Amino acid sequence: MSEVGAAESLLALSQQEEVEDLPKDYALSPSEDEVDIDGERNHQKLLEAISSLDGKNRWKLAERSEASLKVSEFSVTSEGSGEKLVLSDLLGPVKTSSSLAVVKKQLNRVKSKKTVELPLNKEEVERIHREVAFNKTSQALSKWDPIVLKNRQAEQLVFPLKKEQSAFAPIEHVLSGWKARTPLEQEVFNLLHKNKQPVTDPLLTPVEKASLKAMSLEEAKMRRAELQRARALQSYYEARARREKKIKSKKYHKVLKKGKARKALKDFEKLRKVNPTAALEELEKIEKARMMERMSLKHQNSGKWAKSKAIMAKYDLEARQAMQEQLARNKELTQKLQVASNSEEEEEGVEEEGDLVPDAVNEIQMDADGPNPWMLRNHSRGTKEAKGQDPEQLPEPVAHEASESEEEEDRPGAEEETLLNEFEERRSLRRKSGLNQDAEPVSRQEPKDSSSQEVLSELRALAQKLNKEKNQSGKQNMSSTRTVPVVQREGPLKAEEEPLLLQRPERAHTVQELEELAKEGCFQNEEVPRPSREGQQTERNPNTQAGVPKEKKRKEQMIDLQNLLTTKSPSVKSLAIPTTVEELEDEEERDQKQMIKEAFAGDDVIRDFLKEKREAVEASKPKDVDLTLPGWGEWGGMGLKPSAKKRRRFLIKTPEGPPRKDKNLPNVIINEKRNVHAAAHQVRVLPYPFTHHQQFERTIQTPIGSTWNTQRAFQKLTMPKVVTKPGHIIKPIKAEDVGYRSSSRSDLSVVQRNPKQLSLRHKKQLKKNSVD
Amino acid sequence: METAPKPSKDVPPKKNRLKAKRKKPRRYWDEETLTAAGASPGLPRNKKRNRELRPQRPKNTNIAKKSRVSRKPQLPKKPREGRNLEPQRSVSGAQDPFPGPAPVPVEAARKFRRIDKSKKLPHSKSKTRSRLEVAEAEEEEISIKAARSELLLAEEPGFLEGEDGEDTAKICQADIVEAVDIASAAKHFDLNLRQFGPYRLNYSPTGRHLAFGGHRGHVAALDWVTKRLMCEINVMEAVRDIRFLHSEALLAVAQNRWLHIYDNQGIELHCIRRCDRVTRLEFLPFHFLLATASETGFLTYLDVSVGKIVAALNARAGRLDVMTKNPYNAVIHLGHSNGTVSLWSPAMKEPLAKILCHRGGVRAVAVDSTGTYMATSGLDHQLKIFDLRGMFQPLSARTLPQGAGHLAFSQRGLLAAGMGDVVNIWAGQGKASPPSLEQPYLTHRLSGHVHGLQFCPFEDVLGVGHSGGITSMLVPGAAEPNFDGLESNPYRSQKQRQEWEVKALLEKVPAELICLDPRALAEVDVISLEQEKKERIERLGYDPEAKAPFQPKPKQKGRSSTASLVKRKRKVMDKEHRDKVRQSLEQQPQKQEKAKLPRARPSALDRFVR
Repeated sequence: MSEVGAAESLLALSQQEEVEDLPKDYALSPSEDEVDIDGERNHQKLLEAISSLDGKNRWKLAERSEASLKVSEFSVTSEGSGEKLVLSDLLGPVKTSSSLAVVKKQLNRVKSKKTVELPLNKEEVERIHREVAFNKTSQALSKWDPIVLKNRQAEQLVFPLKKEQSAFAPIEHVLSGWKARTPLEQEVFNLLHKNKQPVTDPLLTPVEKASLKAMSLEEAKMRRAELQRARALQSYYEARARREKKIKSKKYHKVLKKGKARKALKDFEKLRKVNPTAALEELEKIEKARMMERMSLKHQNSGKWAKSKAIMAKYDLEARQAMQEQLARNKELTQKLQVASNSEEEEEGVEEEGDLVPDAVNEIQMDADGPNPWMLRNHSRGTKEAKGQDPEQLPEPVAHEASESEEEEDRPGAEEETLLNEFEERRSLRRKSGLNQDAEPVSRQEPKDSSSQEVLSELRALAQKLNKEKNQSGKQNMSSTRTVPVVQREGPLKAEEEPLLLQRPERAHTVQELEELAKEGCFQNEEVPRPSREGQQTERNPNTQAGVPKEKKRKEQMIDLQNLLTTKSPSVKSLAIPTTVEELEDEEERDQKQMIKEAFAGDDVIRDFLKEKREAVEASKPKDVDLTLPGWGEWGGMGLKPSAKKRRRFLIKTPEGPPRKDKNLPNVIINEKRNVHAAAHQVRVLPYPFTHHQQFERTIQTPIGSTWNTQRAFQKLTMPKVVTKPGHIIKPIKAEDVGYRSSSRSDLSVVQRNPKQLSLRHKKQLKKNSVD
Repeated sequence: METAPKPSKDVPPKKNRLKAKRKKPRRYWDEETLTAAGASPGLPRNKKRNRELRPQRPKNTNIAKKSRVSRKPQLPKKPREGRNLEPQRSVSGAQDPFPGPAPVPVEAARKFRRIDKSKKLPHSKSKTRSRLEVAEAEEEEISIKAARSELLLAEEPGFLEGEDGEDTAKICQADIVEAVDIASAAKHFDLNLRQFGPYRLNYSPTGRHLAFGGHRGHVAALDWVTKRLMCEINVMEAVRDIRFLHSEALLAVAQNRWLHIYDNQGIELHCIRRCDRVTRLEFLPFHFLLATASETGFLTYLDVSVGKIVAALNARAGRLDVMTKNPYNAVIHLGHSNGTVSLWSPAMKEPLAKILCHRGGVRAVAVDSTGTYMATSGLDHQLKIFDLRGMFQPLSARTLPQGAGHLAFSQRGLLAAGMGDVVNIWAGQGKASPPSLEQPYLTHRLSGHVHGLQFCPFEDVLGVGHSGGITSMLVPGAAEPNFDGLESNPYRSQKQRQEWEVKALLEKVPAELICLDPRALAEVDVISLEQEKKERIERLGYDPEAKAPFQPKPKQKGRSSTASLVKRKRKVMDKEHRDKVRQSLEQQPQKQEKAKLPRARPSALDRFVR
């Protein structure tokens, strides 16, 4: 703020100067301004009045009325009057004049008003601006200091910066703390409450719970497996159908068609027996189809194919046959019906059908006729129904009917349906077998459809029967043929086991008997372990018997040795002694020998070692530098040595190194040389924040390789310091990212507006601030 | 089957000699039932139970013993009241019975700590301090993770325990075989190979394969667990030593003249003539170095991954036939005839250390897997155990009736010694303790003189090669029960082996990093600048930073005469000299002041002093 002060003082100075300058201006003014005299004069008057206010150093301008010799510099003359000018004379008119009071007032007003400061010069203004801006920015930036520090110390930085994902909480926790607030939410909650949906507990709705209770897990699994099977089969059939559709072989199709026709006839036959009305309808259909066929020109030998065949027929036997076949078919079709029925070529089934066809045709016309075989049949059917009352029989034919009706269009589809039906049946079966109570209503429903007049008890009995039957059949279906042999196998096995159990106590007495038993085929498995075990024992026995004498021998040996060696050292007791030693007859002699050997063996060894060590120590010692020049300053020559004094003087002693590691270890020579190659791998320059090597060593003490760490630890230790996502823009950090309000951002914008002002000095100061 | 008592046998009941061979995995319900049974907190109760169980040990029932052993006393069951007792209840009513992170025993975690916090650090700035704190927190977290993962080590070491007063050394192999399960019993076998002389043998690093070479040229390799023979050849030459390289696919055989390398089908791949008259072989798996000691006194390091000889060091101690490796720091130990054991690294021309161990020559050396203990036996019939951690002092020693010719350490620190035709095995108290030489743990007599000894890794088996063939004997508690599937997996497939091979090659450690203290590599090289310079000069043979002597420029017009050249040279020299003198003078006053003080006035008679 000293600069501001300086500016103020400067201002004051300039004001003074201004005041002092005034009279000079005045003196100059008359010579300068002559252009507009009136205004000038007024102005002069004013100035006069002003100047007269200040008494002491203003002189009144004398009017030159007459010529005088001497005109003073300030145009004051005291000549001629002979009397001194008195101040009061000068001031007299001032007081009286009224106009001057106004001026005085004005002047006072002017004085009371502050003078407008002069604008500072450019550099200073800029400096001040810079300072202010710096203070502001440093303040704004200091908010970021903790973040910068945090980022510097962070183990890992991940860019681009993201919002931290909330820690994974189980949905239960989330929901339990949640309440409906908005009307929409409340509405939704109300709905949920009404429907008994779980609101806070998201696990299961009551319906779901009930369903869970209703079906056991196993059942559900089975059902699922069934469904899977059905789906697989369906897809299989679909694939098959598709494949068959693609087949282009004409022969195949011919055969297929024939087969179909045959089958249709057969089915029709069946249907006629079972359900004549349906059969009639069917018949009509067939007839219609035949009519259509007849109307068409399909088999007239006039088609494209027929024409081409006709050309070929001359040469090709097959083609000829094919043509003939077609002609024959044409004939067959165009023949009148009565004639057709008589034809010999037809098959048996067709024969029957042939009998039926005319009746069926007639039937429509004479519905009410009494002696009609069809009517007879109808009657019989009614009786059958009444008789049978079999609930099983009824649905089946219905299904057949449906399938037959569809048969001609798409066979595979029908097959699927039958399959699905089968599954349905099976499921129901299982349900029945599992829960009898459940089974009853199900079975009840079926008969109800067919006839409602039946008695309940009867039904029940029937249902039970049914259950049994179906169970058996279902089982066989399910486990196919495999189960059968299993059951068969089980049977005999059981049969075998039973006698075995009975027989055992009697028989398993002696080994021989057991062996006999083993010979019998069926018992082999059971009995084998026993004899083998027995065998083991018997085998072991000789072993152990053989082992006993061995051990005894060993023990005897040991005892002998013990006796021999106890005198020497008790600790050798249990040692087994090498055989060579045993072979020595005279132990004591050996001992003596050894004693002597041991006593004298090491002598030279120790001496050698000590010598070696001394040499090593000498070699490793730093050597003194001898700078003596023999013959310099004294006599030199053979046999003459430089004096001790001189030698002492010119001997530069090197400082003694650190003590050797093996100084106090007489039996060890440790090499003091540095392993230079290994040193090349060592750190030799301390990295930045460390001031002592021990500090740094502590930070690199833990190995980071996967050999020494667990996998997790290894991954953590080798984590990269900065992680960036490839292909993503790394935006600069924003205030929102770190939880500041946007106000700090506006602060930052100041910086961005005049970034040049952040000079080096400012940065330094900023740093200082951040440190503080 | 092993538990069934057999009273009907007419063998005198051998009391207990029970060896449960490690097979009891710990189940979580074991712990559960324990805690459920006892309301009191776990640890003291556990101990109490232990004490109770020890005297009234039921005879011939392994189950009780197993359970006793299976419970780790050092794994205290922490009462869980430290953490929040009431876990958050969910709507479904499900409740976490063990809320919070699983507890980790402090003891187990301490084992994995690497930073020694007791050491005081010099005062550090805040920034440095934060870095240090981060490092320490990281280390702690990692150690806890490692301790937690120890739970996955399901297997436990086997053991052999005598009844009161019974000496386990009296239990012979037949007894053990009888007591253990079939699978373990099958691991004891003898190969009678009397024809081709004493055998040396070697197990592959995974412990699955066994290679042996007879002195008369018989070389064979087999999967010894399934007894499937991989190859069998006769090299028609004396075989001194045999060793698997990094995997079972390669075999190095030290033959009479040269070193040969075969593959697992017996096909000769290499004949290395630079390694001649090799007596002993050692393989350093992490460095891919094959160390060979030869009759000529050379220790040669062969890098098998690139086929280069890394270093050939002259030991200057005559014939070398005693060699072993230190598995901890890959230093090679050589035993010499003058009773010393020297420690070698390929980076140094001289031994790293020399230890005088015996008064006579050294016959055998072995180093345990942690690199802490070294066992030596000498011609003076002594067996000594040395501490290798800095001091190289003998811990224990004993005289054997006939000195041990072969020594071997097992993974868990059992020491086997072959003396003549007898193998003695000593065991220590715990895993980290040296074997106590008082009482042997097991003894076994062989049909021939011992020529080679090795414990099988990850199997409680000691392989002994002798003049009568090969014997694989059971030593309960010898091996590490849990293997590292990524490091050496006995059950690995060919594909896995190949992948492991690639990984191992990628992680190959340079040969020059072998030194006595491998952790020293993690220290800052604080050598002074001067020393460094000196070393550099020594290494290069000249000073690369030395100033070239002044060479005056040739001048014309007769000013380049010899005299003027010399003059100019002299001028520069003098100037340099003056600078030096000035510099020294500036330093001198302080020195002189120091020097003058103690000195008395020189007397006139001083001149006569000679």
